[in-house]
Amino acid sequence: MTTLAHEAHHAGHDGHHAPAGWRRWVFATNHKDIGTLYLWFSFAMFLTGGLMALGIRAELFKPGLQFWQPEFFNQLTTLHGVIMVFGAIMPAFTGLANWQLPLMLGAPDMAFARMNNWSFWLLPPAALLLLISFFVPGGAAAGGWTLYPPLSVKAGMGMDLAIFAIHLLGLSSIMGSINIVTTILNMRAPGMTLLKMPMFAWTTLITAYLLIAVAPVLAGAVTMLLTDRHFGTHFFSAAGGGDPVLFQHIFWFFGHPEVYIMALPAFGVVSQIIPTFSRKPLFGYVSMVYATCSIAVLSFMVWAHHMFMVGLPLDAQLIFMFITMLISVPTGVKVFNWVATMWQGSLTFETPMLFAIGFVCLFTVGGFSGLVLSIAPIDTQMHDGYYVVAHFHYVLVAGALFSLFGATYYWLPKWTGYMYHEGRGKFHFWWSMIFFNVTFFPMHFLGLAGMPRRIPDYALQFTDFNMIASIGAFCFGFGQLLFLYNVIHTIKGGVGKAPANPWEGAHTLEWEVPSPAPHHTWETPPDEALVRKGLRAQYLEGHDD
Amino acid sequence: MNVENGIHDAHYFVPHPSRWPIVGSIGLFSLAMGAAFSMNGFVAGQWGLLFGALVIIWMLFGWFGDVVRESVAGSYGQQVDHSFRWGMSWFIFSEVMFFAAFFGALFYTRVLSVPEIGGTGFTNRLLWEGFSAHWPFATGPETTAYHTMEADGIPAINTMILLTSGATLTLAHWGLVAGNRTKLTLGLLATVLLGTLFLCFQAYEYHHAWTEMALTLNSGAYGATFYMLTGFHGMHVLVGTIMLTVMLVRVLRGHFSAEHHFGFEAAAWYWHFVDVVWLLLFVFVYVL
Amino acid sequence: MLKICTGNVHVSRGLLALMLFGAPGLGMADTRMTFQPPVTEIASRVSDLHSFLMGIIIVIFVAVFGMMFWAIFRHRKNLGHQAKPFHESTTVEIIWTIIPALILIAMAWPAAKLVISQRNSAQPDITIKVTGYQWYWGYDYLDQSFGFKSKLLTPQDQIQNYGPNAPAKDAHYLLEVDEPLVVPVDKKVRLLVTSNDVIHSWGMPAFAVKQDAIPGFIRDTWFKANKIGIYRGQCVELCGRSHGFMPTVVKVVSQKDFDTWVAAKQLAAKATLFEPGKPITKEALIEAGAKVYANNCAACHQPDGKGAGPFPALAGSKIATGPKAGHIHIVLNGKNAMPSWKAALSDAELAAVITYERNSFGNHTGDFVMPDEVKAAR
Ligand code: HEA
Ligand code: HEA
Ligand code: HEC
Ligand code: CUA
Ligand SMILES: [Cu+2]
Repeated sequence: MTTLAHEAHHAGHDGHHAPAGWRRWVFATNHKDIGTLYLWFSFAMFLTGGLMALGIRAELFKPGLQFWQPEFFNQLTTLHGVIMVFGAIMPAFTGLANWQLPLMLGAPDMAFARMNNWSFWLLPPAALLLLISFFVPGGAAAGGWTLYPPLSVKAGMGMDLAIFAIHLLGLSSIMGSINIVTTILNMRAPGMTLLKMPMFAWTTLITAYLLIAVAPVLAGAVTMLLTDRHFGTHFFSAAGGGDPVLFQHIFWFFGHPEVYIMALPAFGVVSQIIPTFSRKPLFGYVSMVYATCSIAVLSFMVWAHHMFMVGLPLDAQLIFMFITMLISVPTGVKVFNWVATMWQGSLTFETPMLFAIGFVCLFTVGGFSGLVLSIAPIDTQMHDGYYVVAHFHYVLVAGALFSLFGATYYWLPKWTGYMYHEGRGKFHFWWSMIFFNVTFFPMHFLGLAGMPRRIPDYALQFTDFNMIASIGAFCFGFGQLLFLYNVIHTIKGGVGKAPANPWEGAHTLEWEVPSPAPHHTWETPPDEALVRKGLRAQYLEGHDD
Repeated sequence: MNVENGIHDAHYFVPHPSRWPIVGSIGLFSLAMGAAFSMNGFVAGQWGLLFGALVIIWMLFGWFGDVVRESVAGSYGQQVDHSFRWGMSWFIFSEVMFFAAFFGALFYTRVLSVPEIGGTGFTNRLLWEGFSAHWPFATGPETTAYHTMEADGIPAINTMILLTSGATLTLAHWGLVAGNRTKLTLGLLATVLLGTLFLCFQAYEYHHAWTEMALTLNSGAYGATFYMLTGFHGMHVLVGTIMLTVMLVRVLRGHFSAEHHFGFEAAAWYWHFVDVVWLLLFVFVYVL
Repeated sequence: MLKICTGNVHVSRGLLALMLFGAPGLGMADTRMTFQPPVTEIASRVSDLHSFLMGIIIVIFVAVFGMMFWAIFRHRKNLGHQAKPFHESTTVEIIWTIIPALILIAMAWPAAKLVISQRNSAQPDITIKVTGYQWYWGYDYLDQSFGFKSKLLTPQDQIQNYGPNAPAKDAHYLLEVDEPLVVPVDKKVRLLVTSNDVIHSWGMPAFAVKQDAIPGFIRDTWFKANKIGIYRGQCVELCGRSHGFMPTVVKVVSQKDFDTWVAAKQLAAKATLFEPGKPITKEALIEAGAKVYANNCAACHQPDGKGAGPFPALAGSKIATGPKAGHIHIVLNGKNAMPSWKAALSDAELAAVITYERNSFGNHTGDFVMPDEVKAAR
């Protein structure tokens, strides 16, 4: 308990360390400030990318060209994908890691506090490059977020801006991930061995590892794109011995791990929330860790399932199909363990729990459609169509995004010191749950019926489901303004002060510090007894060797 | 690892708010805008490049200056030292993956695309009739003739240089650990000189290739992979040499102690990594 | 209003199918929400495999979430349920690792067999080279030595329907071409797919065929349609602005009709752009060029030559009013987003379109380009 006393003593002196005003944010080295920056940035990007999605859905409301010319539609699609993936989802998880890791591990801050600042402050320039690209001659990149050459080689200046933005984003990801890995490996409190860390720390660790491994590969790929565009190389052109498909191999070697980079931290969040509101320890902790690791390993060996239609050799097609299917096993282990955690629990359904349950159900739907896609002959019918769009929005929106909503409601009391309004939180959940499905479920049918993706206009038989999807998208989108309201309302005082631990079933270390978490926490490591107390509750005696 | 060892600095060093990161971001943003504009025919973009580069240099001096000051002031405890070790290792891992992308491109073109374009299948018969592939001479139907780099000559010499520099650097490290300043200084100096020599040879090789062998970035898959791989490697040698030069200056100022010298070690790790990449390059780009 | 009503029907259908995620496979034969009726053996097998998978998936889904909802309804705190703090069991972990793995094997086995037949393009009865262009398909019947381009027929004013009095859309809106690919029924047709510019993808849902067209490479696929009829698909790889306006249409006919059609085509292939024997005049070039322009260039440079967005105006353009050589060069070789027309157009067509551009839209160079000049510039 010495630490807490120390904490209290320090509380009044925070002003020394934190400069006020804009300097506090721009020069920040405090993990909580930087985490806050990440989270707000990502939310702003979510609204921006969402606005583009609404642009897409508006145009697709009925056949014919209504609002945009096709080039601009393609720009919207491309930037929607890039901004959501690199601007909204990934930074949000880094933000969570920033806020939570030091708190949960009992560390004073991230391992490299100054570099942490840079990891964040590379994001706004990257976003700026992407937004500016709408206004340069030729407009923004329009080749899809996958940037396939030769289309992207022939494109205008917007593509260069996108390439440089990706360089910056990659740099940010690599530095952010090195920071996370080092923090986890080197900054845990005494007594917290690797196999006793909270599950969120584990998934974040593996995610960061994946990012360090693949972000540089993406940087290499877009660099080759750049030299093909401007310096005469022929990496992706047969005229000089290259091959457009080479880019796809490199891109997806990054791209598939990338989708798990957006999924694993979500698994971690859900693995914190479900035990808390089940008032039970996480079932099968160790096998969850193994499952996470096997997903990471397998994710390097499945990339060509995005390329079943490029004319891979038969044996390659078979092998990639088999290994892709195999990923269902460790993912299934996770789903089963979550269900087993809830089984025989003492369940309550606060907003975080609702989002976590929504996550498990809908992510599984998305996982199953992924499994269908992984069957190469069936993918013949689905590839580059709306079934794929449905698949990845189930895993990304109902997966990654829902887990982020859950995480926000879960930790908001710790961050702000106030409780959010439970009723409005629940309303936000049900609204999102319903309209998410209204938006994206019909896309399965569109895909089965053969509607290609990335088209601004479509044949008449696709009209009905597109209309439903568009209506759903607008409702879903505007519902997110309610989330914004909920957050601001909580920051402004919410429904009252939050205790240090507002959740009956939560035992990890962050709940030991006051709410809101003081500017500096765990300046000296928490003592071992405290760590053990939390761990015991988390994993029970059996695990406490 | 340390957790098991029980290493915990009483107060883990957390730096004060710093302006360098945002300065760096402004520099990179300016570089990116400058590059995008100048590559698309807007000459003004070059000012952006220049400004960005200057800002980055300023940032590097400022940032590393802070780090050196903190280190000399003894702010970094043992746990911080461990962090640096992990950090540097993972950074090098990311560099490995960066090179892996280009090696992947090399293998792919050599093993798959070039043979297919110049082979006997439909691709050749219907689209590229009359073209037959020979790595490294004719790598694509529309590449103009060029000469290729032989492994003996400069590349072989450069291999020797880098291998030797690895040894001299290790000598310097031994000197540092043993408290032998002369050995340290001379070893480090030799390494820096060898690195510089390597770069000079490479500059000469490039010049020769470009002007007299008609080997350019445009020379098909061979030219592209050759320049990108050796070029990025060369840039890393340059960075490594600069890092080692900084270390030399710090040694001369008496910065490192036998126990506490991670800055030196980081530079050394980096240098060895660059060495290993070169060996792979030498085998796969020049010899095979 | 009518639209909304049909929409409602489909909402309820959709909700029904939502409950039965597998409905499409289970024979709810509405082509708006499931596969087009298969007309090749492969396509039927794909459809069956899909139903099989959906069956398994629904069972797993119901089992897993049945458990979960049981817990949600029974093990609630407000029912006074006490948490039972068990938290690991190696046995169940092993069980729920092995069982899914076995299920996967059951799925992988038929899937592998299907992949193997799907990829076996050997011994075709007829071979056709398919080339993707921005934004239409070219078909070359290699054995019969003729070829043609297959372009979208839907008129622009049906597409650009901003106004309230836009014309009604045809039944096959966006899925109609001037000249479909014609093939005989019950014959193994092998497609050698490639592209002239960017990656396209030749897709035909009713055949379960989809093959990316990679510029510089030939990739092959095949189908054997077992029913006479017209089948429709679309380009399924983003290929630039008119990616959505690039249909693939296949007309499957009897062998007899096919032979007649081939004969007619071969005859037509002998005819040329200009009447043989007569000297080629500037007027003839301009007249022919106007057609070539409308078919190939107007999509970007606009029918009035004024350009749009990133596509420069040809009216008054430095290149189109400058020296001939520069004009020929850019059209032949392309530049950035401007495609190369080397492979797509003949010398005569290129000469015609360049002459047309130099003497239309207010351009008055007065000169003209002969096919030989284009040939020399190639
Ligand atoms: C968070 C992101 C995420 C996640 C987690 C996944 C997960 C999976 N994805 Fe997905 N995917 C994307 C994001 C993601 N995907 C994106 C963005 C694209 C499109 C990219 C683009 O082209 O733009 C894509 C595209 C994509 C394709 C290419 C489609 C195409 O373009 O033609 C394929 C094909 O195999 C695929 C497969 C899978 C599989 C097998 C999984 C598996 O991991 C799913 C595993 C989960 C389950 C199966 C459910 C739970 C399991 C159980 C309850 C156990 C019992 C189950 C069985 C025994 C079956 N995905
Ligand atoms: C990573 C996460 C992610 C997320 C969260 C989303 C969210 C959404 N996505 Fe998308 N999407 C992708 C990733 C994501 N997407 C990717 C990778 C692609 C592929 C791109 C490609 O093909 O290259 C894609 C493609 C894609 C398509 C296919 C486009 C095409 O093929 O042409 C569609 C079509 O409906 C779509 C829709 C939506 C919708 C309706 C949402 C909704 O969930 C969004 C809801 C949010 C809002 C609507 C914001 C609310 C904002 C306001 C109400 C305005 C206030 C604004 C301000 C104050 C500024 N997305
Ligand atoms: C894919 C859309 C597209 C199509 C189709 C297209 N062009 Fe172009 N064209 C372009 C673009 C983009 C440019 C500008 C290239 C640049 O300078 O970067 C251009 C430039 C030109 C120019 C030079 C104009 C100038 O002043 O810079 C000429 C001449 C031209 N095209 C002729 C043609 C002809 C003839 C055809 C048809 C046979 C055609 N184009 C079809 C996109 C197209
Ligand atoms: Cu052609 Cu899309
Ligand atoms: Cu994938």
